[in-house]
Amino acid sequence: MVNRIFLFLILGSIAAFASGTIDGEIVKQELNVSAIVMFLIFVGATLGITYWAAKRTKSAKDFYTAGGGITGFQNGMAIAGDYMSAASFLGISGLVYLKGYDGLIYSIGFLVGWPIILFLIAEPLRNLGKYTFADVASYRLRQTPIRTLAAAGSIATVILYLIAQIVGAGKLIQLLFGLEYEIAVILVGVLMILYVTFGGMLATTWVQIIKAFLLLSGATFMAVAVMAHYDFSFNSLFAHAVDMKGIEVMSPGGLVSDPISAISLAVALMFGTAGLPHILMRFFTVSDAKEARKSVFYATGFIGYFYILTFIIGFGAIVMVYTNPEYLDVAKQAISGGQPILGGKNMAAIHLSHAVGGDFFLGFISAVAFATILAVVSGLTLAGASAISHDLYASVFKKGKADGQAEMRVSKMATVGLGIVAILMGIAFEQQNIAFVVGLAFAIAASANFPILFLSMYWKKLTTRGAVLGGSLGLATAVMLVILGPIVWVDILGNAEAVFPYKYPALFSVTVSFVSIWFFSVTDNSQGAKDEQVMFEAQYVRAQTGIGAEGASEH
Amino acid sequence: MNKELVDKIKANPDYQKLIKTRSGYAIKLSIAMLVVYFAFILTIAFEPSALAVPLSSDGVTTIGIPIGIIIIIFAFTLTGLYTKRANSEFDDLANAVKKSVGEN
Repeated sequence: MVNRIFLFLILGSIAAFASGTIDGEIVKQELNVSAIVMFLIFVGATLGITYWAAKRTKSAKDFYTAGGGITGFQNGMAIAGDYMSAASFLGISGLVYLKGYDGLIYSIGFLVGWPIILFLIAEPLRNLGKYTFADVASYRLRQTPIRTLAAAGSIATVILYLIAQIVGAGKLIQLLFGLEYEIAVILVGVLMILYVTFGGMLATTWVQIIKAFLLLSGATFMAVAVMAHYDFSFNSLFAHAVDMKGIEVMSPGGLVSDPISAISLAVALMFGTAGLPHILMRFFTVSDAKEARKSVFYATGFIGYFYILTFIIGFGAIVMVYTNPEYLDVAKQAISGGQPILGGKNMAAIHLSHAVGGDFFLGFISAVAFATILAVVSGLTLAGASAISHDLYASVFKKGKADGQAEMRVSKMATVGLGIVAILMGIAFEQQNIAFVVGLAFAIAASANFPILFLSMYWKKLTTRGAVLGGSLGLATAVMLVILGPIVWVDILGNAEAVFPYKYPALFSVTVSFVSIWFFSVTDNSQGAKDEQVMFEAQYVRAQTGIGAEGASEH
Repeated sequence: MNKELVDKIKANPDYQKLIKTRSGYAIKLSIAMLVVYFAFILTIAFEPSALAVPLSSDGVTTIGIPIGIIIIIFAFTLTGLYTKRANSEFDDLANAVKKSVGEN
């Protein structure tokens, strides 16, 4: 069955190749041999890992958590790998390139959720859960409604995040190979499906670790090269950037233009990080709470270091790419004027790699960016597929009585389905700034996933009714405000004015979520609610001590 | 976990100490992070020019840049502090609790 779907997909993508319309607008790039060779080496190596992992992925536990035997350091690298996505690398360096200091505001917001995850979430999550965060949320609440809601939140987050990644992938491959955007997106989608279906969490983890190492090395080289150009003087680098783009790049600017937006963005990034299903899922790959803590410590270090690098890279792009005729998109300039760069602002880091290290280093960074996208979309798809197979199929549909093999099969089919959705959405979202799309994913994670997870761990009086109604309202509010907000309502749907004026809805939707969870819980006088409150004690003891927690499997 | 075991663990002084010290520490560090971050974000919201002050009269580097970098380092330092204490002191307490009820 699954094989047949693959065959269909592969044939489908070949058909898409053959029938690709040529409408004269395609900007063919020169083939970059070193880039292609490194691409192929990476794809070959990851397929090798996938093959190795496939042989070790026998049970559902192997598929979802790599058997639970990943170390804290490895998991920290892998978490950093998940987090240092194409949206982070290309999007944030592109944002720094475009707006200077505003990019740093974004980075800091992305980082500060991590300490909070460590202090409040990581340990109870590891001690209570098995495969997904819904395990924790539904620990003492009713399985069917809670799992359904948690799965809806997970899938929504995963799909939005996937869009961001796949848009980056399409543009990158377009730029490198001169392929049409749509075909590039289809190719990434197909490769991703192959990795996840066969390699499961083990392959995903190792692809993440290797890619995190390559990305940190490449970004370090770029940042050092930029700084060396200015004798390691920030003042001199910034002075040149100001010459190019004006003094505005040195201070907060238009990205967060009003207090509501600023606070709303902060809420989205901080609580959103703690509600990302693909990140939460990583905590089940380590053996115990001690390793889970170490994971966050290492991850925060790698991510923080990486954001400092992207800041330097963005400024490097301002001074070395912005006015460089080599990277100028002449066709676009003729229409809209200004200094548009080939492939749009999200390609700033890619062009910079060429400016500092020539064709060979461009090839390396492009291959790394490609690896980044593949690794992240794999992790995302695995998380989305787990929500479908573990939460919806095994727990809701089969009432916890599904056998592991059937569950794994469903997971693999879900992977294929998510891959197709990602491809279609990636095509629809081509022109959006990918960092903003991630912002939307964060809003949903912060409004639906995080409040339920957090309150289920710490608030005794939480009831099923409160969690379901409150979480649904939070999710609906986030989605609705996103649709009515400026990005979708004006930029995509073409309306003149947004119904909801703010780009970041989290402040409102998170508040709606918490308040309504509280209200519908405290007014719940049913017997079920009383039983759920009684069960809190035992849950809390397990969360705090780890007694009864899921261990690593013996291999 | 049955009620008897839960009550036994809850009565254990090591457990009580674990809950008290760990949640106290976790809350303290969380508040530290939140205060620093929201001070930063509220400055951007209400008084962005405060971050636009140049560090020196002849340079363009603003005070906002070292502040941003320091917040990143601060976040990492907090995770280090918590992990160090939790992986020694708190885990010792948790292990003592586990031992007392025959888990290991």
